[in-house]
Amino acid sequence: MVERLDEAWIARGVRRAPFGRFLLWAAPWAALLALGAYAIFLCLRGGLFHTNMDNRYVFGLWIFLDLAVIALGAGAFFTGFLLYVLKKTELKAVINSAVVIGLVCYSGAVLILAVDVGQPLRAWFTFYHPNVHSMLTEVTFCITCYLTVLLIEYVPIFLKNRRLKWKPSMLVFEYNLHKVMVVFALIGTLLSFFHQGSLGGLFGVLRGRPFAFREGFLIWPSTFFLFVLSAMAVGPSFVALTTWLAEKATRRRLVKDEVYQTLGRISGKLLLAYVFFKCLDTMLWINQTAPERGFPAHRFYEYGGAFGTWILFTEIALLGLIPALLLLKPEWRARRGLLITGAAMACLGVTLNRFVFTIQTLALPTMPFDRLLLYWPSWQEFAAFGFVVAYGMLVYSFSYRYLTLFPQERELAMTEARR
Amino acid sequence: MRKLGAETKTARYAMLIDLDRCNGCGACMVACAVENNVPPPQASATPRTGLNWLRVFRLKTGGRDAFIPVMCMQCEDETPCQSVCPQKAVEFDPVTGIVGQIPERCLGCRYCMAACPYQARVFNWRDPQWPAGMEKALNPRVSVRQRGTVEKCNFCHGRWQAALEKAAHDGEEGPVHYTPACAEACPAQAIRFGDLNDEEFAAACHEQGVFRLLDTLGTGPKVFYRTSRAEVREATRGFGEVRRG
Repeated sequence: MVERLDEAWIARGVRRAPFGRFLLWAAPWAALLALGAYAIFLCLRGGLFHTNMDNRYVFGLWIFLDLAVIALGAGAFFTGFLLYVLKKTELKAVINSAVVIGLVCYSGAVLILAVDVGQPLRAWFTFYHPNVHSMLTEVTFCITCYLTVLLIEYVPIFLKNRRLKWKPSMLVFEYNLHKVMVVFALIGTLLSFFHQGSLGGLFGVLRGRPFAFREGFLIWPSTFFLFVLSAMAVGPSFVALTTWLAEKATRRRLVKDEVYQTLGRISGKLLLAYVFFKCLDTMLWINQTAPERGFPAHRFYEYGGAFGTWILFTEIALLGLIPALLLLKPEWRARRGLLITGAAMACLGVTLNRFVFTIQTLALPTMPFDRLLLYWPSWQEFAAFGFVVAYGMLVYSFSYRYLTLFPQERELAMTEARR
Repeated sequence: MRKLGAETKTARYAMLIDLDRCNGCGACMVACAVENNVPPPQASATPRTGLNWLRVFRLKTGGRDAFIPVMCMQCEDETPCQSVCPQKAVEFDPVTGIVGQIPERCLGCRYCMAACPYQARVFNWRDPQWPAGMEKALNPRVSVRQRGTVEKCNFCHGRWQAALEKAAHDGEEGPVHYTPACAEACPAQAIRFGDLNDEEFAAACHEQGVFRLLDTLGTGPKVFYRTSRAEVREATRGFGEVRRG
């Protein structure tokens, strides 16, 4: 009986695990969610001394992972752009999944930001007293607006639930909303462009931190453009990676191979462009920007260990150039293992880039009598991040179970059945 | 002597710290904390989570150690912290040249702390607490900051306000004269506070042997250091001692 409890909510023509097994899958995530909620409660009630951040490490695990998930969540806006604006119709197979991933990434990031600031109840001050010169103001405005767009984009996916779509009003609403979705895709693209860039700009404008500071174009440092490009490059990779993981977890084919190929090809091309511009930017920084400010770039890497030159090599060559080639060469891309390896490496590369800009920037000393300091997050920081991961897994799992995240799933299931 | 200040009625308050005189006694740190209602560190606070508007660093020079007091440099040209604050909680006052922090408006995002190369800003990681009875000795001219906000040296803004009120009462015009608590408390008289519009003070700040920390960053710090010892000047160049092994 329990096994069939939610059958009426599951779309026709697709198979889902029995309800009991689904609950077993969700239980550990719910436990992690509860632990994270407790850690968040501690931080909100007692203060941020529950974290291991300090006056030097003012940004820690949370901001680093915020930046990383927002970059990876770029698949939502970029897939929407590719589908609705550039008419890459094959991506219709993953757009719903991309929207849910985007929603999870962005809402999770906003949630953890609310814990990370010292006075979360004053968040509205940014809208009331905005400093238009601050990149963080732009980030706040754009992320808030884009989260709203993602929620709107999620509504038609939600309304297509088997039970809900039989209500005529829901169907009409969903149909009309779907017709204007191109507008939201464009708005989403515009907003994403600016906040992805501004997240890069956050560090590029730090003229007091020569490790992060970059020259640029007009008011935008080069990191503004590099962050946009890198997010666009890994967005499709992350969509491919999550789709593959969903296929492995559910043991079902969810999309056709051409979808993987399109995502991989686009990701590879953009990643190669990103690596090229990143190399140019690094050369400019080493030879001009840093020395002009009295900080020869080689000094930043003299501390060795965690922050030696290996990190620069890993970021650009190992997790930039190699995945770009894996995704670009059709013969390699055609092999699923290599494609997924390339996509995973690309995602890791961008995550490392965000780590460098947040954690390495703060670890490096600026004053002559200062020294390199390290930081390790507290359990509360890990648990609060675990909360976001668990929240994401649960939202995605429920969405997969009750909504149509992969429209090709039914067709592929029928083809398999015929065999 | 006063020229520009009298004409513009504005000041460019600055500090000139004589490192040859500073013996690292820390009286300036104590005076600063008392004047500005900086709460004493709680039991679990570390040097990295404590509240200090002013810190005295020990400079290893190879010979006799030197001490260098570091506080907010009141950057002028391109104040790094002011432009990054998302909600205008950091303000550069053109009348005094002082970079002010408005804790009541601070979100606690700590972006300004990341932007400051001098690490002169501190965060209230906990609720401020004073030992029983000590709260009665708080300075009524300086507001107590909340948990979750950033604070920093403001060249004793409370004292400046008091001096301004006195000048208004006495019918005086032009920039007011006052002395921050650290300069007043220094037993070696190593800290000299003045106005860069004052020719004599400005000249003292540009004498041989005077330097500014991280001058090459172009932020225009208004705290100057003076020393006759070349090895001390050398120890303040570059950045970050590299500790190998």
